[in-house]
Amino acid sequence: MEFKTFVFYLLATVMVFAALRVVTVRNPVHAALFLVLTFFNAAGIWLLLQAEFLAIVLVMVYVGAVMVLFLFVVMMLDINIDRLREGFWSYLPVGAVVGVIMLAEMVLVLSGPYFGLDAMPEPPAAQAGYSNTRELGRVLYTEYVYPFELASLVLLVAMVAAVALTLRKRTGSRHLDPAQQIAVKRADRIALVSMPAEKE
Amino acid sequence: MNFVVPDFAPAVTELFVAGMSLVILLLTVFMRESARNIGYVLTQLTLIVAALLTIFTMDGQVRVTLSDMYVDDLMGDVLKILICFSVITALIYGRGYAADRGFDRPEYHLLALFSTLGMMVMVTANHFLSLYIGLEMLSLSLYGLVAFDRDSARSTEAAMKYFILGALASGLLLYGMSMVYGATGNLSLSGVAQAIYNQAAVYDGVSSKTVLMFGLVFIVAGLAFKLGVVPFHMWVPDVYHGAPTSVTLMIGTAPKLAAFAMAMRLLVGGLFDLAEHWQTMLMLMAVGSLVLGNIAAIAQTNLKRMLAYSGISHMGFLLLGLLSGVVEGDRFNALNAYTSSMFYAIAYVVMSLASFGIIILLSRSGFEAENIDDLKGLNKRSSWFAAMMMIIMFSMAGIPFFIGFFAKLSVLQSLVAADMVWLAVLAVMMSLVGAFYYLRVVKVMYFDEPVDTAPIHAASDIRVLLSANCLAIAFLGLLPQQLIDLCQLALVASFQG
Amino acid sequence: MEALLEPIASLFGAAWPAVWTLAKIVAIIAPLMIAVAYLTYFERKIIGYMQVRIGPNRVGPLGLLQPIADGVKLLLKEVLVPSATSKGLFILGPILAIAPSLAAWAVVPFWDGGVLADVDAGLLFILAITSLEVYGVIIAGWASNSKYPFLGTMRAAAQMVSYELAMGFALICVLMISASLNLSEIVRVQGQGQFADMGLGFLSWNWLPLFPMFVVYLISGIAETNRAPFDVVEGESEIVAGHMVEYSGMTFALFFLAEYANMWLVSILTSILFLGGWLSPVGFLPDGFHWLAIKTSMVVLMFLWARATFPRFRYDHIMRLGWKVFLPVTLFWVLVVAVWIMSPLSIWN
Repeated sequence: MEFKTFVFYLLATVMVFAALRVVTVRNPVHAALFLVLTFFNAAGIWLLLQAEFLAIVLVMVYVGAVMVLFLFVVMMLDINIDRLREGFWSYLPVGAVVGVIMLAEMVLVLSGPYFGLDAMPEPPAAQAGYSNTRELGRVLYTEYVYPFELASLVLLVAMVAAVALTLRKRTGSRHLDPAQQIAVKRADRIALVSMPAEKE
Repeated sequence: MNFVVPDFAPAVTELFVAGMSLVILLLTVFMRESARNIGYVLTQLTLIVAALLTIFTMDGQVRVTLSDMYVDDLMGDVLKILICFSVITALIYGRGYAADRGFDRPEYHLLALFSTLGMMVMVTANHFLSLYIGLEMLSLSLYGLVAFDRDSARSTEAAMKYFILGALASGLLLYGMSMVYGATGNLSLSGVAQAIYNQAAVYDGVSSKTVLMFGLVFIVAGLAFKLGVVPFHMWVPDVYHGAPTSVTLMIGTAPKLAAFAMAMRLLVGGLFDLAEHWQTMLMLMAVGSLVLGNIAAIAQTNLKRMLAYSGISHMGFLLLGLLSGVVEGDRFNALNAYTSSMFYAIAYVVMSLASFGIIILLSRSGFEAENIDDLKGLNKRSSWFAAMMMIIMFSMAGIPFFIGFFAKLSVLQSLVAADMVWLAVLAVMMSLVGAFYYLRVVKVMYFDEPVDTAPIHAASDIRVLLSANCLAIAFLGLLPQQLIDLCQLALVASFQG
Repeated sequence: MEALLEPIASLFGAAWPAVWTLAKIVAIIAPLMIAVAYLTYFERKIIGYMQVRIGPNRVGPLGLLQPIADGVKLLLKEVLVPSATSKGLFILGPILAIAPSLAAWAVVPFWDGGVLADVDAGLLFILAITSLEVYGVIIAGWASNSKYPFLGTMRAAAQMVSYELAMGFALICVLMISASLNLSEIVRVQGQGQFADMGLGFLSWNWLPLFPMFVVYLISGIAETNRAPFDVVEGESEIVAGHMVEYSGMTFALFFLAEYANMWLVSILTSILFLGGWLSPVGFLPDGFHWLAIKTSMVVLMFLWARATFPRFRYDHIMRLGWKVFLPVTLFWVLVVAVWIMSPLSIWN
């Protein structure tokens, strides 16, 4: 077996295993960590396909940022898995039937001749000096500029919606503004009242 | 690199709306609380100018630009204008409602504007990517809007359901698109159509069809979710019910036009050569929607839920129009069928706007007039609006001579022309079932004693606009032919038959 | 060199490339570990002098054997695994802390051509790998199942993600003017320009045209390595030692090594990206590794200097600095650089 093929199968095996563990482990933090492992292996497979930009961005964005924040949230939750699993067995038959049907269909379609090596021949090797990142950047900002800019707007929408839903002034919080405290002048706190001297 | 800077002129409306939304976002950030009305005013102005821009740049030509991602054609223009007006109306209706409940913040209007932008992008998409991204922009804004009344547990629940099911549907749609890409090597809709046509010619129509079919199933499923038809309808009642009424108003109207456009672009524009396959799928879904929508609506006591189920059945009707286009490979009926479908979508949006408008009109601070019982004796409280509601209900039930009747009629005509008489019969029977619950509302309004005797107080702009809206239903019912002709013209100019 | 290696290569046969790479890795890691060990000595001495103390002076002449003694002590200590921890993850934490800080060295060029893996996307690789560093802290803190480590974890997750953004934008500016993601290429580009031709190479380096980015990168680097004044993750006086509370012996030492290796890494990257790497500051002196070593040491010295000088930031101030100051500044500077490059005033043609 060629070394590359071996690496592919290694990565693929670990990836499938980790993906399965994501849905089977009892602890949500472990599940999130297995998801990290899945992403990592997916990045490895992309590297094998010489898509180094995608691979590294997957690690950088998903593993390095998204999953960190995800873990941040998951760690703070007190999730009772057993309560979530209630009714698992009653849903299982339906779920299993649907799953098996989907699997069978996908196997039938994907194992057909349509996606074989004849239908998808290996692309010609890239020339020297070919930079995956540069080429991606080029099409992204020329040919795909419309969906690219729209996608940035979609992210903006998500941001606006998230902020609108979560940001609000709390009433009754005892928060003090240090700047205000420091800015206090003598005149704000002390009033000198001239009173006539009182005789005993 | 031989990159030519694309022609931005056809996309001027979208660019304007996108630019304005950013301007409004920044302005409202730096505004004082008291001056935040400006968000609403600017949003409305933007929408009006967008509609005018579209009207003045409208001509019958088809222009494709931005690397084949954007198409400017008459169908797109007509639908864009209607979407703008629909959102304008929805915002006017919903404004007081939102203000009473304290979520009348600038972000609310901004999200509505973004959702409009998403719809426009969908309507003018000529590429799987732009279509999908437009859809996501629309959906994300709507998820946010549904949850906007964040202290209401019901809204939050509805938003969660909508979000999870919507994400699933988007996944299905994307998966289908990737399969179609695998089979055709193309993401542009016209490219896909061409590739399928070529393959059919070369391989005698049996080539990578399995993969295509596989993709088609997923695409239709994703589409069905967005339209809200059986068996992908589960979200509709819950979301309509749970969302604040002003948001339900937005979900139940303009997005239906966008979904119709999406169906046209995907199925007719891209996958037309697979028509016989998707027609069967649509048929199953249409029958399911008609039966389930109408029967389940009878059991509802909540007006919003009832309208949701009636919406499902209306979308079933819309599908009936779409599926009667091609008869055994012959396209003679295509134009009539798609025209009837488009006309139906427009008619539904007009009626839907008015019906939710009435609910908003009757609601007030701290009170939701969302049960059918809340309409009891409406005639005694306001005979004018009782009459308006009667018009809406008659039109939805398909009683002549309102617009709903002609919408149903044109769909039925096209069904009969396509030799699908049994479907037409079923549709008529289900409409009869539907008439029961629409008429029950009328009965409640006119023959029951009012429970709630508080006077209706609403801003005069809502009263006037709502009355105009309802009268439009009646008026268009007298002159339906002009609208049908417009739809036909738009479709001819856009798809060349 | 090739001829010299020939007989050894034939000894290993087909396995030679693997062996040769391994040898190179050792040649990088071993000096690095020594540098890390002596950085601790360096730090204690420097801070000692700054505070008018003497610093370690008992073990060996001038206390030079202190790091060795510390190492031996840590090695001999028992590794405790508290019973309430998540065992596997508890052990995995320190490993994940040290692994990225070593892996990143694979693409660091020490002199022209002196790099283990001369990959095209080196800068991206660095960004990706350094973004993984936070996992060691997160996993360790969570697996410890104890309050202070958990607080440390929360702080670390938020802080590192925040400063990564600013760092990323700073690097985007660098790659825009270098038109390359390859670290060696980035250094070479800094050797060209008007000032370099005049023999004043140090004025051609990236630090001058990208001065705001240089500052942002340096400060973000301190924050990324959780060093003072951004050391709220450990914050002895607040949460004892954050994620490291439950660790002892070698497991603790791994965190320690990772932190100091990261300091070296950030410093050497600063030198490469902004201070011209192995290039000589003036024309009449030859380029070479010694320049990189000097520059890196100076940057490390700044780290220590900052630690001895500034009080610890309050947590919300750290967040505000990251999100409300650095992020807008870097975003704006990306725009400025983009316009600059495309304008006739561009100095990078």
